[in-house]
Amino acid sequence: MKKTTTPLKSLATGFITLFVLIIFAYGFSVTNVNFEETRSERRLASLTRILRALAHPKIFDYNYETVNVEVPFYLGCPADGVPFPEVDRSGAFILINSGCAAPKETIQIEGHNFQENSSGSISFVGFSPEAPDGVPIGIGNFQADAQGNFKAEVNLPNRQIKEEPQAIRATGQIQVGAPMLSQESKVTWEKIIETVFMALLATAFGTLLAVPISFFAARNLMEEVKSPLSNIALALIGWPLGMWLGIEASQFFSGLLTLLGNSFLITFAGAIIVSALSFFFARWFLAHQSEDLEFRFKQRLINLLYALILALLALISILFIGKLLLQVGAYLTPSKDVPLYFLRKFVSQIGEIISILAPVFAALVGGGVLGGFFSQLGQKISDRLPASAAKTFNLILAPLAGATLGVLIMQGLDWFYQFNNPAVTLYSPAFIGAAIGLILAIAIAPKQSLPIGIFIYGIFRTLLNGTRSVEALIMAIVFVAWVGLGPFAGALALGLHTVASNAKLYSEQVESILSGPLEAIQATGANRLQTIIFAVVPQIIPPYISYTMYRWDINVRMSTIIGFVGGGGIGFILQQNINLLNYRAASVNMLAIAIVVASMDYISSILREKYV
Amino acid sequence: MLEVRNLSKTYDGGMQALKNVSFSVKQGEFLAVIGLSGSGKSTLLRCINRLIEPTSGQILWNGQDITAASQDEMRHIRRKIGMVFQHFNLVSRSKVLTNVLAGRLGYVNPILSAFNRFPESDVQMALSQLDRVGIKNQAYKRADELSGGQQQRVGIARAMMQEPTMVLADEPVASLDPVLAHSIMQHLEEINKQEGVTVLCSLHFLDLVHRYADRAIALKEGALMFDGPPNQINDEKFREIYGKDAERIG
Ligand SMILES: Nc1ncnc2c1ncn2[C@@H]1O[C@H](COP(=O)(O)OP(=O)(O)OP(=O)(O)O)[C@@H](O)[C@H]1O
Ligand SMILES: [Mg+2]
Repeated sequence: MKKTTTPLKSLATGFITLFVLIIFAYGFSVTNVNFEETRSERRLASLTRILRALAHPKIFDYNYETVNVEVPFYLGCPADGVPFPEVDRSGAFILINSGCAAPKETIQIEGHNFQENSSGSISFVGFSPEAPDGVPIGIGNFQADAQGNFKAEVNLPNRQIKEEPQAIRATGQIQVGAPMLSQESKVTWEKIIETVFMALLATAFGTLLAVPISFFAARNLMEEVKSPLSNIALALIGWPLGMWLGIEASQFFSGLLTLLGNSFLITFAGAIIVSALSFFFARWFLAHQSEDLEFRFKQRLINLLYALILALLALISILFIGKLLLQVGAYLTPSKDVPLYFLRKFVSQIGEIISILAPVFAALVGGGVLGGFFSQLGQKISDRLPASAAKTFNLILAPLAGATLGVLIMQGLDWFYQFNNPAVTLYSPAFIGAAIGLILAIAIAPKQSLPIGIFIYGIFRTLLNGTRSVEALIMAIVFVAWVGLGPFAGALALGLHTVASNAKLYSEQVESILSGPLEAIQATGANRLQTIIFAVVPQIIPPYISYTMYRWDINVRMSTIIGFVGGGGIGFILQQNINLLNYRAASVNMLAIAIVVASMDYISSILREKYV
Repeated sequence: MLEVRNLSKTYDGGMQALKNVSFSVKQGEFLAVIGLSGSGKSTLLRCINRLIEPTSGQILWNGQDITAASQDEMRHIRRKIGMVFQHFNLVSRSKVLTNVLAGRLGYVNPILSAFNRFPESDVQMALSQLDRVGIKNQAYKRADELSGGQQQRVGIARAMMQEPTMVLADEPVASLDPVLAHSIMQHLEEINKQEGVTVLCSLHFLDLVHRYADRAIALKEGALMFDGPPNQINDEKFREIYGKDAERIG
C-alpha cells in the first residue's frame, strides 16, 4: 500500500516530535544530566582511581618485610674523585647518577628489583663518631612501577661537607612468604555466609506462612465456600472470643510455670508427662470421634469440651517444652567459649521461638475450636430450624457479630492513631456494626448461602498486594527500629516480603490446577480439608518447590543490599567500605556478591528444571 | 430408587443446560444417557451428586431430597454415589493406591486421613478392588505412568471403594479405543449385575447403549426427549435425537 502524506499528517508528525523533545528535555533537567561534570579533570581522575581500585580486589595479602638498600655517597666531592661503589644486583638495589654532590644539589636515583607497585622512602644517612650506625634524614619518596623499578629526583640536605663517605638509603617493603587471604577476604567470607543464611531463614519461614495463606488467596478454592448468615455471624463471634481465651490461657499457664521455679527436674518431668498425656488423649479423641449426622447438641458439646481439654494439654506441653529447651540451652552455654557454641545456643533459641509462639498457637487453636464449634452451630441453625426461627436467630446474632467486628477493627486502628476516645473506639463502631448486621439480617433470606469465601479471598488478596508493594528495604528499616541493626532485622524483612510475594505466586498455582481431580475427590464425599490434601497438594508441590527456590535466589540477591539500611549481611560491610573510600575492599565484597548470586542462580535453575 | 423431578439448570452465563428434566431410575438399573455434545449429559449427572448446583427441581434418592441436603448431609450422600469420568480425573502425581484409597475419604477419620493414614482394612480393600479390575501389580506406580485404559480402571476402583449403591459414569469410554471401551463397560456391567449397583452412564455410541443398558434416556438441548428401552431407538428416533442429517455409525 502506498502511503500518502498530507500536510495535516506532516504537521501532526512535527508536533509529536516536538512533544517528545520537550518530554526528554524535561527528563534531562529533572535528572540533573550534566555532561560538563562528566568531562571535568577532577571527576575523571577520581573515576579512574575508583575503577582501578575496583579492578584490584584485595583478595590476597602478604607479609611484608622492610628492606634497606644503601650506596655510599660523598657530600662534597673529594678532589681525587670517588671510588665506584660495588652494587650487589642480586636483590633490590639503587644507582645514583653520581657518587658525590654538594649539599642542596639535586641527584637522580634509580631503583631496581623492588616490589612491584610498592612505595618507599629515600633518605640521606649521615655517619659520625657519635652515631656510628648513621642518622637518616628523609629526602624523598619513591613509587616503584609494575616491574619494580623507579626513578626519583631528590634534593640533598644542607649538611656539613665530610670527607668520610655517607650514604643514600632507599627503604622499601618486599612481600615475603606465600600469599594469604586478606583480612578483607575473611570478613567478606563471614558476611557472605551470614547473607546466605539470612536469605535461607527468610525463605524457609516465609514459605511456611505463605503456603497456608495461599489457599485462602486462591479463587477456585474459596469461591465454593458459602455459608448462611447465622454461620458467619457465630463464627465472627466465636473466633475472637476463642483467640482471646487462648491468649489468656497461655498467659495464665506460663505464669503457673514460672511459679514452679527453675528446677530442671520439675520442668523435665512436666514436659514429659504433659506431652505424653496430650499425645494419648489426642489418640483416644481421634479414635472415638464418630461423625454422626444427627445434630445432637449434647454430643457436640462433649466433643467441644474434649477439644478444649486437648488444646489446653497441648498448650501446657508446648510451654513446658519451651521452658525446658531454654533451661537446657542455658545449661549448655555457660560461656561463649565452649566448643560448638552455636549448636548449644540453638537449643535455647528454639526454646525461645516456642515460648514466643505459644500464645500465637493458643490464640489460633482457641479461635479455631470455638470459632469452628460456633460456626457448626450456626450451620445447624440454618439447616435444621424453620425459616422463621432462623430469621430470629439472625436478627440477634448478626448485630452482635457486626458490633464485635466493628469494635475489633477500631481497637486495631486505635493502636495506630491513638484516638483515646471510647466514643470513637467503642460505642460508635459497635453501634454501626450492629446496625449493618441488623440490616443484613433483615435483608437476607434466613437460609440463603452467602459467598463468604470470595469475600475472605478478597481480603487476603488485598492484604497480600498491599504488603507486596512495600519493598523489603523499607520493611527492613522498620524491623531495624524494632530489633536493632543486624541480620535478624534483615531476615525478618525478607521473610515478611517472602510471605506476601510467595503467597501470591502460590495461590496463582492453586488457581491453575486441573479441576478434574478436585471434582473427583469431592464426589467421594471428602470434606474440604481432605479435598485440598488429596487433590490440590499433589498438584502444587512441583511449582511450590520451584517458586521457593526462585524466592531463595531472589532473597540472596535482596539480602546483599538489605545491609544498606542496617539489615546485616554483606551489604552492611560493602556500604561501610564505600563510605570509607576503601574501594579495594569494596571490590572484594562485590566480587563475592557476584559469585554467590551467579551460583545461586545456577543452582536454583537446575533444581527448578528438575522439579517442573 | 432415584427420582428426578423437573430439574433445570441455568449456568451463570445464562446458558440453560437442563430444561425441566424428569425421569426415575430403579435400584439396580443400568441407565444410559445419550444426546449430542452439549445437550447437557454431564450437567445432568453432576447435578445428581450436586457437583453442580441445580437451579430448580428436585432429586429424590431413596426418599431423601438431595437438592435440599445440607453440606454435611451432602457429603454423606456422596459417599454412596461413585463417579467415573471421561478423563479419569486421577491425581496424576499420586500413587495408584492413594488414588484408590481416596474413595474412602468420606468414611475415614478426617484428621488421620490428612496424614495419609488409612485403616489396614481399607488398604486391603483397595488392593482387592485393583485386583478385580486386573491391575493390582500397578498399585505402587504413579497414576500418570498408566495407560488410559488402566487409568480408567483405577477410576472404577476408586468409585467402588465408596461401596456405592449408585455409580454415575460420564462418558467413561470416550477417550478409549473400542476394545478397551468394551472391557471398561464390562467392569461397569459386572458391578451392576453382580452387586446390584445402579449405573447412570452417558454414552456416545449406540452399539454400547444397546449392548449394556437396560434403559436409555436422551437429551436434546437440555430437554428430555426419549425415555425407554434401547431397542426402541429406531432410525426415526435416532434422527430426532441427533438431528436429521446424522448418520448412524456402529
Ligand atoms: N461451567 C459452565 N458454565 C457455563 N456453561 C456451561 C458450563 N458447563 C457446561 N456449559 C454449557 O452447558 C451445555 C451443556 O453442557 P454439558 O457439558 O452438560 O454437555 P454434554 O452433553 O456433557 O456434552 P459433551 O458430550 O460434549 O460432554 C453446553 O452448551 C455447555 O456449553
Ligand atoms: Mg460431557
